[in-house]
Amino acid sequence: MLDHLSKFINNFIIIFFLSVVPFAVFSEEKNINFIETNWSFDSLFGTFDRASLQRGYQVYQEVCSGCHSVQHLSYRNLSEKGGPEFSIEEAKAIASQFEVEDGPNSDGEMFLRSARLSDKFVKPYPNVQASTAANGGAYPPDMSVLAKARTGGADYIHSLLLGYEEAPAGFELDDGVYYNKYMPGNKIKMSEPISDGIVEYTDGTEASKEQISKDITTFLVWASEPHLESQHRMGFKTILYLIILISLVYMSKQKVWSRFGSKTEEQDETFDKVEKVVTEYEGEDPKTFK
Amino acid sequence: MSEEKYIPKSKLGQWFDSRLPLLTLSHHLQSYPTPKNLNYWWTFGGILTFCLITQIVTGLVLAMHYVAHVDHAFESIEHIMRDVNYGWLIRYVHANGASMFFLAVYIHIFRSLFYGSYKAPREVIWIIGLLIYILMMATAFMGYVLPWGQMSFWGATVITNLFSAIPFVGESITTWLWGGYSVDNPTLNRFYSLHYLLPFLTCGLVVLHIWALHVPGNNNPIGIDVKKNSNETMPFHPYMVMKDLLALLLFITVFLWFVFFAPNVLGHPDNYIEANPLVTPAHIVPEWYLLPFYAILRAIPSKLGGVIFMFSAIFILMLLPWLDTSKVRSAIFRPIYKKFFWTLVFVVILLGYLGAKPPEGIYLILSRLATAYYFIHFLLVLPLLGRYEKTDPLPQSISDPVLDKPDMLDKFKKAAAEYEGENVGSFK
Repeated sequence: MLDHLSKFINNFIIIFFLSVVPFAVFSEEKNINFIETNWSFDSLFGTFDRASLQRGYQVYQEVCSGCHSVQHLSYRNLSEKGGPEFSIEEAKAIASQFEVEDGPNSDGEMFLRSARLSDKFVKPYPNVQASTAANGGAYPPDMSVLAKARTGGADYIHSLLLGYEEAPAGFELDDGVYYNKYMPGNKIKMSEPISDGIVEYTDGTEASKEQISKDITTFLVWASEPHLESQHRMGFKTILYLIILISLVYMSKQKVWSRFGSKTEEQDETFDKVEKVVTEYEGEDPKTFK
Repeated sequence: MSEEKYIPKSKLGQWFDSRLPLLTLSHHLQSYPTPKNLNYWWTFGGILTFCLITQIVTGLVLAMHYVAHVDHAFESIEHIMRDVNYGWLIRYVHANGASMFFLAVYIHIFRSLFYGSYKAPREVIWIIGLLIYILMMATAFMGYVLPWGQMSFWGATVITNLFSAIPFVGESITTWLWGGYSVDNPTLNRFYSLHYLLPFLTCGLVVLHIWALHVPGNNNPIGIDVKKNSNETMPFHPYMVMKDLLALLLFITVFLWFVFFAPNVLGHPDNYIEANPLVTPAHIVPEWYLLPFYAILRAIPSKLGGVIFMFSAIFILMLLPWLDTSKVRSAIFRPIYKKFFWTLVFVVILLGYLGAKPPEGIYLILSRLATAYYFIHFLLVLPLLGRYEKTDPLPQSISDPVLDKPDMLDKFKKAAAEYEGENVGSFK
């Protein structure tokens, strides 16, 4: 029976790979090779680098938030497990720096108040049209799920941030358009957002361009998948549990199947068959030989 | 093993069963005789039942949090992913569950093609199965629209626009489907309603599918009829239940690996961008399981022609029991059919690959060739093979398929000698 199962699994794997390999090899247009980074959150047990997430928030706040919203994040997320894990006091302090419109109050008036943990991240522009108008006709995308919305994910964002170059000779660029070797079409309306030392990290980390890019990328991956750590943890436990369960079920199945067609029964059957064939073949009843 | 008339043991049981024979049904399901030589390719029926139940249960929970409105749909998905307890798990199981459902159904269908399970007396099982497959595609397509991402919106636009190719009434049908003059809020609302309804119709068809199966019983890898009350069959419970369970757990492991470690690899990144009717994505592609049909659609130069060929590609399968004229079921005994079968598998995978590519240059030429081959396989190859193919001799029963080969005699003599402790050959 083990033979059956392993033969089946072998066949399955061969067919599966024959079906999937062409897609994997050809479907990604391989003309862009993103900068490959060994992200801490990538592996099966991947977790976020807490300090990097906190620095990433700082980069978002000081550099990106002028144009880009992260409308699906709330300030409370900053203190939740698996995220930057600021203390609740820190998160409250961060929230209180922003003003949100609330209301109507009992007089029917809208009013401004400082943000609380339960509020969503305040957006730089009230709507898409306003942000498009303020940015030369290009809408700075909301960054809540940006890392999932681009082929290449984290590698793409990191590469893009470091991919600004002088346009090659003969490459025409309009005013307010920049050359980026990782942007599809190489034209991007966002000017180079980061440079060495554009932020001063409070934890004393050297703010090189690469470091800043890594930190903001980590932050954006967390923003798009805030439960990534528990997803990985639960995944590992589940697969482990399944492996144990499968072994037990396999043994039970063997036990149950051994009831059907026991060894002696099988041998009896074989002998009957041989008898039949030999009889047909030799035209005599072998029993009479005895 | 035999299916004698079942009479419940208790008085109460007898009283109830004579009024509603649920106990008899339960007994039938347990003792249902299955051929003992079923291999693991036969476990996908149970796996598919599991998939359907998983989709319904997770979908039910998602429906409690989802908002079917163009202004809130995308946001409500993010709400599920972030704020609903284990919402990310439920949504990823549901989204990947659709892919796993199709993976299993394709294996199930190709198993049927290989072993000739669609042939008499199982044509009705086959046709009901195809109806389930069509419902699955409709359900999955409408489900993919609900997150209201870019691919949702543009996929819906492309597919619903296909109906406008129908002469005279096409435009009206499209308007009727949309509930307006473009894909918009009414479209999203009705798709949500239908996405909720269709799985229950599927459930009904699944009952019919299993019912129709239990009339003639299972086909088997050898493809010859089994004697129902003999040692060639074993009761469904516990033998097949244990085997199905083992296969199901292996399947779940693959399934959950995707859910936990690569939940978005089977989807398109563009669907994490909120729908925008003013921005068309560079390439509009459906989910992977619809790609072969998408390739056929685009291989035909005319819109109406493409639509006709795409739908024919599915409906031609309904005629398969009559197109395949060979009396031999299993490909094991059909040496030439076996080669054509694997060619068909290759061509369908190729079509899937081409469906993901822009319809130009070499991709378009290959799409046309593959499309032509697909139809030739069913309309020309199968009817002719039935006539001219020389099939291998069939065994007498599933127990001794090898006995027809004379060179096996020596092996059996040896086996008998071991059993008896004597050399059979020396009898002479």
